[in-house]
Amino acid sequence: MTSPAAAVASVRDVSKTFGARKALNGVSVEVGAGEMVALIGPSGSGKSTLLRSITGLQSIDPGKGSIAVFGEVVQKDGRVTGKVRAARQKLGMIFQQFNLVGRLSLFSNVMLGCLGRIPAWKGTLGLWPSADKLKAMEALHRVGVADYAAQRANTLSGGQQQRGAIARALVQGARAILADEPVASLDPVSARKVMELLVELNQRDGLGVIVTLHQVDYAIRYCDRVVALQAGKVVYDGPSTGLDTKRLIEIYGPEFEDAFWETKA
Amino acid sequence: MTDAAPVASAIPKPPARSAGSWALDVLVWGGIAALLLYSIEAVDLANLPQLVTNSDRIQTFAADLLRPDFSDWRLFVAKMWETVQIALWGTFLAVFLGVPLGLAAARNIAPIWVVTPVRWVMNLLRSVPDLVMGLLFVVAVGLGPLAGVLAITLNTAGVLAKLFSEAVESIDKGPVEGVRATGALPLHEIMWGVIPQVAPLWTSFALYRFESNSRSATVLGLIGAGGIGQVLFERMNSFDFNGVSAVVIIVIVAVTLIDMLSQAMRKRLL
Repeated sequence: MTSPAAAVASVRDVSKTFGARKALNGVSVEVGAGEMVALIGPSGSGKSTLLRSITGLQSIDPGKGSIAVFGEVVQKDGRVTGKVRAARQKLGMIFQQFNLVGRLSLFSNVMLGCLGRIPAWKGTLGLWPSADKLKAMEALHRVGVADYAAQRANTLSGGQQQRGAIARALVQGARAILADEPVASLDPVSARKVMELLVELNQRDGLGVIVTLHQVDYAIRYCDRVVALQAGKVVYDGPSTGLDTKRLIEIYGPEFEDAFWETKA
Repeated sequence: MTDAAPVASAIPKPPARSAGSWALDVLVWGGIAALLLYSIEAVDLANLPQLVTNSDRIQTFAADLLRPDFSDWRLFVAKMWETVQIALWGTFLAVFLGVPLGLAAARNIAPIWVVTPVRWVMNLLRSVPDLVMGLLFVVAVGLGPLAGVLAITLNTAGVLAKLFSEAVESIDKGPVEGVRATGALPLHEIMWGVIPQVAPLWTSFALYRFESNSRSATVLGLIGAGGIGQVLFERMNSFDFNGVSAVVIIVIVAVTLIDMLSQAMRKRLL
């Protein structure tokens, strides 16, 4: 059994190579339960690779690197372990492109959240328990898109789809949210709503949140802790208040102001 | 700022075709022409004038065809219906086989050691013409519609599996990862991430095959595999061209109707 206080993710000395490029180069990060952490860094710095490695959507390089989720090892010596499905169920994954199934209704998409914890044959046939159906509507209501439950996901706007994806994570009963550029494809208003939802889930529900962001101002405004990657290495790990211009130039290079979406106050 | 007139020497020449590319064209087209000339004798092209010299024979034949004899129409319609039923069952069983084969032959979801042998089986199924399959099944299960159904099933399963697998290979992997990330089983990923994406295309392929199977089921009757083709063959052998004409008209009407129906359904799907 995992204790509730176990870390959301313990990443130890993880590397990942794509061809000749090292996307992750000896990364170690520990994210505690209930933390809200922003992962920042220039494009190609390894942010998404790190998140995808934590959920086991992609394997890490063989060697001494390992990843544990809520105390259970999900990746070791370049292999995704058998514990990964149980771990994924505890992690709600939010993607930049939402990754809802476009031809299914928003409701069905949210119901997919319970696939990991109901009997396999029921999940295959879509025989959702009625308690979960209620839970799904509750989640959709909470994120503010319950009115669109019957609509096909691909008829909805990006912001609505992303909130649907968060509802799916809620139905999943996730204890932490991993969000990979959740706002990069959204207009500023929807982006803010989604970020505020993530903050609410963190503060009110005590969910751990790891979010990769292109926009440094979002990271500073919404997250207490920031981990910055550059060329696959952690170059900053500390409070978001510690990110001054000098640090940001180190992370992004002299053009770091491009990383700001809105003008800095 | 004034625009300077372009200097002639600075403008590159239009691209010219290389001698190699010309030679290749000559070789390919010349080769096709040579092959056609060489094959004239084999296909009895010299007999072409008989189309005109034997025109009296054609005239009687055409005259009979213009006077279709519908006195046996009950039999014809019943047999046509049987042909459609053969196509219906053949296509249904083919879809049944084609779905697992198509999934197993898709490189993006099945491992290569599954994909390769499955593709071999699919190629084999497709490369045997359904008329040959029909002959084999007539031997196996006897004369009658079941032989037709089985022949259509195997041939169509090969075709559908290929089309299905190509549809699967072109899906967006994002939604599949979305399903995987919830802690779902691989079966769930296929059921909820893959199938919804390919369902319209798959249905459209299956309907299209039903259309063409209604046509090929007609031909299958000629080898004793049931349906309207058998009647056509019998009338042809007894020189009852008025009856043949009636059968052909019924086939054309039925196939056209099925075409229209299935096209209308496919349009709605996509």
